[in-house]
Amino acid sequence: MIGSPRARRTATLLVCYGIVGAFMVFFLFPPYWMALTSLKTNQEIESLEGIPLIIQQGATLKHYRDLFTKTDFLVYLKNSVLVTVPTVLVSMVISVMAAYALSRLGFLGAGVIGTGVFLVYLVPDSLLFIPLFKVIGGLGLLNSKWSLLVVYPTAIVPFCTWLLIGYFASIPRELDEAALVDGANHFQMLVRIFLPVAVPGLIAATIFAFTVSWSGFLYPLAFIYSSSEQVLTAGTVTSLIKGDVYHWGGLMAGALLASLPPVLLYAFLMDYYISGLTAGSTKA
Amino acid sequence: MAQVLMKDLNKKYDEVHAVKDVNLHVRDKEFIVLVGPSGCGKSTTLRMVAGLEEITAGEITIGDRVVNDLPPKDRDIAMVFQNYALYPHMTVYDNMAFGLKMRKFPKAEIAKRVGDAAEILGIQELLRRKPRQLSGGQRQRVAVGRAIVRHPQVFLFDEPLSNLDAKLRVQMRVELKRLHDRLETTAIYVTHDQVEAMTLGDRVVVMKDGWIQQVGEPLELYSKPANRFVAGFIGSPAMNFMDVAVTDAGGALWVESNGLRVKVPPVHAGRLGAYRGQHVTLGIRPEDLRVATGADSGDYAFDTVVDVVEPLGSEILLDLKAGDHALVARVEPTVRVKEHEQLRLALQPERLHFFDLKTELSI
Ligand SMILES: Nc1ncnc2c1ncn2[C@@H]1O[C@H](COP(=O)(O)OP(=O)(O)O)[C@@H](O)[C@H]1O
Ligand SMILES: [Mg+2]
Repeated sequence: MIGSPRARRTATLLVCYGIVGAFMVFFLFPPYWMALTSLKTNQEIESLEGIPLIIQQGATLKHYRDLFTKTDFLVYLKNSVLVTVPTVLVSMVISVMAAYALSRLGFLGAGVIGTGVFLVYLVPDSLLFIPLFKVIGGLGLLNSKWSLLVVYPTAIVPFCTWLLIGYFASIPRELDEAALVDGANHFQMLVRIFLPVAVPGLIAATIFAFTVSWSGFLYPLAFIYSSSEQVLTAGTVTSLIKGDVYHWGGLMAGALLASLPPVLLYAFLMDYYISGLTAGSTKA
Repeated sequence: MAQVLMKDLNKKYDEVHAVKDVNLHVRDKEFIVLVGPSGCGKSTTLRMVAGLEEITAGEITIGDRVVNDLPPKDRDIAMVFQNYALYPHMTVYDNMAFGLKMRKFPKAEIAKRVGDAAEILGIQELLRRKPRQLSGGQRQRVAVGRAIVRHPQVFLFDEPLSNLDAKLRVQMRVELKRLHDRLETTAIYVTHDQVEAMTLGDRVVVMKDGWIQQVGEPLELYSKPANRFVAGFIGSPAMNFMDVAVTDAGGALWVESNGLRVKVPPVHAGRLGAYRGQHVTLGIRPEDLRVATGADSGDYAFDTVVDVVEPLGSEILLDLKAGDHALVARVEPTVRVKEHEQLRLALQPERLHFFDLKTELSI
């Protein structure tokens, strides 16, 4: 019978699955295309015959072999890690301290500074990289991967601080106060009570920091020109696009491998992202 | 165990003068309750004692130490918050042990104290749980447990029962009272609920707009309120107030207004003499009114019209009109009246209250 609760539930579910399915196709198509292209032979990639959505002339790992043997992919990977790990650490330490101070210490002008910090984030990279080029030059860091360690936090810290201010504000003040009354000093309270409770917020901020640092393209392209100092994003592109010759197979293979670390990080951290962690600390 | 002294205590926020010239001596082992309407400065006062709020002016002494500049951890106090403020990522055991760990107690001593407190509060079987797995009442017990394991000099409570449902609140109230009798630790307890204040406090401090209105034992506040505010705040249903003129007739003082004429009883006559020809506020508690019988003197009785009848089982609350005045009477459950009926009421002359119209002080 149409209109029975059961039938209506089935209909609703079908619609939901339909919408979710459409979204999945939309968002998973680019990775699929990358994987597909990276496994095709060059002839097939350039061929106008047949159906492009499947591999017809046999799969090959040639592009992956070339990536590791004929380009500096491993050097880029190492540099990306060397830049991203300290960038995330430094940015998180600064953001946490700034956000804690701005959200909890309640000094004069804290609100204005909090908003100001966020506005800084809104200035686009493409405007900033020219003046920053002078700054990096002045610091003697041109053509060094460490230039990125200076530049990335300027984009990450404002946003993470703003994000954390919001999250910290949702943590009841009584929690800090209870710890202080219980005998903790400010630092113990921060490390043993406040930050553990703020873990979901910290994870969100960490993911953001990692993503910005790992996927940054403009700054490494602008500041670094030796292959030995280059990172994954700019490195893959500069070494696989020679003039107007695009090595599509290699580009796709490199892009796919480069996007694995963020995917793994997300999957790993989501497990620890227990939403509602603060539930139960205060009233129902 | 210790006494707490507040001397000329003041707290100013940017806009608000939240606590004004508070002077209070909380005696050793005393259970003192700060009560007053929301925003009257109770919490602020308590938080200054805790060290969570800076003192604008004045001095706080705990035991024999001035604590103005001591951080909370060095004041040897424990606090129970309205929202419990349990650490959500820790088990009940760790919640209670945290304060002792911070103070570097040996493991065995911590286990013993937490065990003892859990037994007192009946939460032994909850020790491995996380706060989110507890009911409101259980969370409240854990919050209390976290305070008592510390054996502090002073307990501070900020509306600890106001998030519980009515039944649980009454039960926890009794338990807190028993707990205090057992531990004999000085306690300062903040609430907006006058029933809680009256039942728990050895002495009660009534506050309003940052000022202390009166300090006294519960029954003293009830029978001898210092001013109109205290009189109206303590007691439920609240005291009836009426603007009346003081007149002189037949060699006796009377107070009267439209629909009401009552002789001033001898106990009040002396003090009220000065108000002859002026207006004062008359206060009558609902429980000091009863249905008049033929034997009642006309000097202390008056006619009313019943407006609303609220039978509560053990008693009946009557909303009445006496002339222009609306008042509430609390009468025996056996009284049979209907709305809009006439009813003659008698009052207890020695329990009348009079207040100065301007200063609102008791006369
Ligand atoms: N942090 C603060 N900043 C500004 N005003 C405050 C602050 N805390 C409390 N107040 C004000 O101080 C007054 C007393 O507050 P409080 O002590 O919390 O009252 P209550 O008696 O309800 O506990 C109120 O008017 C309140 O708005
Ligand atoms: Mg309060």
